[in-house]
Amino acid sequence: MATSATIHSHAGPQGFIRKYIFSLDHKVIGLQYYFLALVAVFVGMFLSVLMRIHMVWPTAVLPVIGTIAPETYLQLLTMHGTIMVFFVLTTAPQSGFGNYFLPIQIGAPDMAFPVLNMLSFWTTFVAFVTLLAAFFVAGGAPLHGWTGYAPLSALTNSGPGEQMGADLWITSIALFCIASLMGALNFITTTLDLRAKGMTMMRLPLTVWSWFITAILGLLAFGVLLSAGILLLLDRNLGTSFYVPLVVVNGQVMAHKGGSPLLWQHLFWFFGHPEVYIAILPGMGVASQLLSTFSRKPIFGYKAMVYALMAIGLLGFMVWGHHMFMSGMSPYTAFSFSLMTMAIGVPSAIKTFNWLGTIYGGHVRFQTPMLFAIGFVSLFVSGGLSGPFLAQPVLDIQLHDTAFVVAHFHLIMGVAAIFGMFAGTYYWFPKMFGRMMNETWGHIHFVITLVGAYCIFMPMHYLGMAAQPRRYSQFTELAYLQHLLPLNRFITYAAIITVLGQFIFLFNLIHSMFWGEKASDNPWEATTLEWTTTTPPPHDNFGGHTPVVNHGPYEYNVPGAPRDYIMQTDPATVASH
Amino acid sequence: MATFSPPVSIDVPKTGQGGGSGRPPAFSGGGDGRGDGLPDYGARLRRVRLGLAIGLTSVTMIFVSLTSAYVVRRGLPTIDERTNTYVRDWIPVDLPVTLLLINTLLLMASSITVELARRQIARQAALASVGSIPGVSLGEGKSFPWLALTVLLGGGFLTGQWMAWRELADRGFYLATSASSSFVYLLTATHAVHLAGGMLVLLYAVAVSLLHKPVEERGIVVDVTAWYWHFMFLLWLYIFGLLWFMR
Repeated sequence: MATSATIHSHAGPQGFIRKYIFSLDHKVIGLQYYFLALVAVFVGMFLSVLMRIHMVWPTAVLPVIGTIAPETYLQLLTMHGTIMVFFVLTTAPQSGFGNYFLPIQIGAPDMAFPVLNMLSFWTTFVAFVTLLAAFFVAGGAPLHGWTGYAPLSALTNSGPGEQMGADLWITSIALFCIASLMGALNFITTTLDLRAKGMTMMRLPLTVWSWFITAILGLLAFGVLLSAGILLLLDRNLGTSFYVPLVVVNGQVMAHKGGSPLLWQHLFWFFGHPEVYIAILPGMGVASQLLSTFSRKPIFGYKAMVYALMAIGLLGFMVWGHHMFMSGMSPYTAFSFSLMTMAIGVPSAIKTFNWLGTIYGGHVRFQTPMLFAIGFVSLFVSGGLSGPFLAQPVLDIQLHDTAFVVAHFHLIMGVAAIFGMFAGTYYWFPKMFGRMMNETWGHIHFVITLVGAYCIFMPMHYLGMAAQPRRYSQFTELAYLQHLLPLNRFITYAAIITVLGQFIFLFNLIHSMFWGEKASDNPWEATTLEWTTTTPPPHDNFGGHTPVVNHGPYEYNVPGAPRDYIMQTDPATVASH
Repeated sequence: MATFSPPVSIDVPKTGQGGGSGRPPAFSGGGDGRGDGLPDYGARLRRVRLGLAIGLTSVTMIFVSLTSAYVVRRGLPTIDERTNTYVRDWIPVDLPVTLLLINTLLLMASSITVELARRQIARQAALASVGSIPGVSLGEGKSFPWLALTVLLGGGFLTGQWMAWRELADRGFYLATSASSSFVYLLTATHAVHLAGGMLVLLYAVAVSLLHKPVEERGIVVDVTAWYWHFMFLLWLYIFGLLWFMR
């Protein structure tokens, strides 16, 4: 435990550039990440609407864009996936909220290495710009999907966008890896070394636990993707054959020989599966925090929640092969990957039951953050339950590369994680900006998004079972998919309405920042440390003093206590728990 | 002049991993910059060491993944288009072993010198507060420039690695000649980039010694870089061993 965390009593930086652009303050950096992800999510959503339109009206002439060609569809698909996975799902919940609230929730004045923190953000920013630049170079964006399977991604003449666009794509991913490694290093050191007095590991809020474990996953996973990306760059530009076997492109025998496309898949998915948990674990942390706070009950089974997070993180590294059941792997290998995958169901179920146990019998306050937290649990269950289906090699052979898989990972990794972000935004907005977000608009936004998400992704399960493949650019020409066209059109309509609904959120966010109702220091009557300080928090987080922690993070409705909640910094004598 | 008074306001300067200090420590005493309100260098050193250990975990993961790619690719049969049969196409690389052994000795020597530099500066840091007491003389002679020697030896190692690449090229092994030679270049280059990063930090430490920064401040930079350097030496032994025993 750090004594040095106690002191940070100098004035904040002066001048716009040091204060808001190249800031060392974790709160500013957290907001920078958040707004970067906000821009990214609207870009990614726009691309997905274009894709949905192309799938059902392939000849439609769109204003400015014109008609979307099939190869353009693949480029949209690649960029949508890459932007969403890296710059939204990895950036906002972990780097955004984590940066802002991890130090405050443990009672620290800042991150352990502020300069590294700033470097991490600006590297992410450069990575994002590099990725977007791929749209504007000769050939356009790459078309190899966010998974970048070789040899398509490893040859520069394998399709439009596979020249400069693909190089920019890999460079962007490599930069993102470096940024994430810097971030992970900072998160882990901060959690281990800068906790305030009394903040034992078992008094950490579950949000901190989830950021901490996510950081460990990132630390171990992003290095692997980085080396995989370097090998890919070498294959593309310097003639090596790590991933490229003897291959003929357009009648021309390539110089490469002997490489293994499966090597890319192994390295990629060794990163890729933990990445799924990097996206979802922070959402689990937020859901735990909010379900307890808004039910006015302690979290059900705190220790079980912590150990379940650890178990999910650990198992997440042992299941990458389930993405490769179709690669011709030995049935015995497939069996072991299948078994480990289904084992993840156990800690996931522990978490789900504990969330339900937390709400059960509570005095639930259905405010917007709580609605999104409940929505998170709903989507986590709906998206998660199709996991054990796909984990069976025999079923996966049928369902692989169909819309069923698209439905599965969008529900659990995409929308559930996004619900975690919405919950976090509505919950922490008063602390970040000193004002409340509008509740009515929040409720309307919640209903549109929840119903919309289910209307988009639930039917996709049926499409997948009816053998509608994913990544195909249009379905209007295939006879066996004709009867599915009305359902596909329904999904497109639902997607457009849901996307329009997000502008309600954007309006609410920006409007409330300036004109929202003024927030008190602790509007939700919550217990963790961020609610003990002023709103918004001062530069050193606690105004020159260091909090001393006497209580666990979720002491609600403790018998004998004067209020229905005990803050973590309340005197130890308030009530025994 | 410095006096013993209770600390009033203490700043905790932050550094990035092995360097890049955030802001200078704010001393309440002023004057010679030592005495009142000493920043808690012990806590900072521990934190930076912890950060280094975590950072080295990710470096390890990079080399673990490259090793697994190496092992997989080495054992992989490839199809021969003439006979339509699976063949092994792994060509053992003719490594310039003598040169690499000399490089290994250079790196080992640099690991020793950087350790001596670390101990020297740790001793100076420990005695710094004593030396600031008026009338106390420590009688320290001129300290040996171990850091500069380490940078020189590190530079020698990198030059040697460059010569080894030239030697490999002379023997007909280029980056794209075969999978085995690709890995030799890749692993040595990745290691060299990491070592060069360590050299930049050491150069920074040499530079700040000329800028009258507190010796404790430099001590932290040198300490973590020394540990990083030792890790780089062990990593090189591992890479050399892998390339030699799994030719």
